[in-house]
Amino acid sequence: MKIQLRFFASVREALGVSQEEVVLPSSIDTVGKVRDFLQQRGGVWAETLSEGRSLRMAYEQQMCGADTVIHDGGEVAFFPPVTGG
Amino acid sequence: MIRVQTEDFDLNAEITALRAGSPQVGAVVSFVGTVRDMNEGASVAAMELEHYPGMTEKALQDIVERARQRWQIVDALVIHRVGPLLPKDQIVLVAVTSAHRGEAFDACEFIIDYLKTEAPFWKKELTPQGARWVDARVTDDVALKKWDVAETQQGEQD
Repeated sequence: MKIQLRFFASVREALGVSQEEVVLPSSIDTVGKVRDFLQQRGGVWAETLSEGRSLRMAYEQQMCGADTVIHDGGEVAFFPPVTGG
Repeated sequence: MIRVQTEDFDLNAEITALRAGSPQVGAVVSFVGTVRDMNEGASVAAMELEHYPGMTEKALQDIVERARQRWQIVDALVIHRVGPLLPKDQIVLVAVTSAHRGEAFDACEFIIDYLKTEAPFWKKELTPQGARWVDARVTDDVALKKWDVAETQQGEQD
């Protein structure tokens, strides 16, 4: 399955990338598993996406939890808590 | 109506347009958020606002929709600026019209409270110690509690 990844604000800066297309193994079928999968890259990926960090996730441009199921062609985003207004 | 833009806005012009053609309006409440020159004990020389194009507009639309379901309002307008901003600049406008003031006051406060915790915008400040991302405030989550709904930013460990 192929999905689009988007990163924003401090997460984008730490990873040095704002978006990326990634092909996932079939076992990666939730947003939480995408996060785990990306952490396997190690280095800043392991640190920035680690469980202890306050991280927000969105699927198809909607805030979501780790168990949200993803589909081919979907868009998954990771970012820090929002600070607008 | 929702607008995310780099340009400044004119409160009077926006409210005039919002009220145009709506003689049933008896109350207009607006909130304008501006850039402070101090935050968390440091002086702020400039600010940069980032957003998630597409999701930001949807999130704002969703917040306005929830306000409409809860109160009898005539119309609502949210304008949020992005890009570089300086102290004293206007950041955000929320304006609500209704027949009577109670609905407009409540809906306006509800929209800005939700915007602060759910709409994907991020502020980066330039201080004498360098650039830093602004941390989300616990008080913003507390502000939501008065609306008696459980929804806040979904996340794991905080």
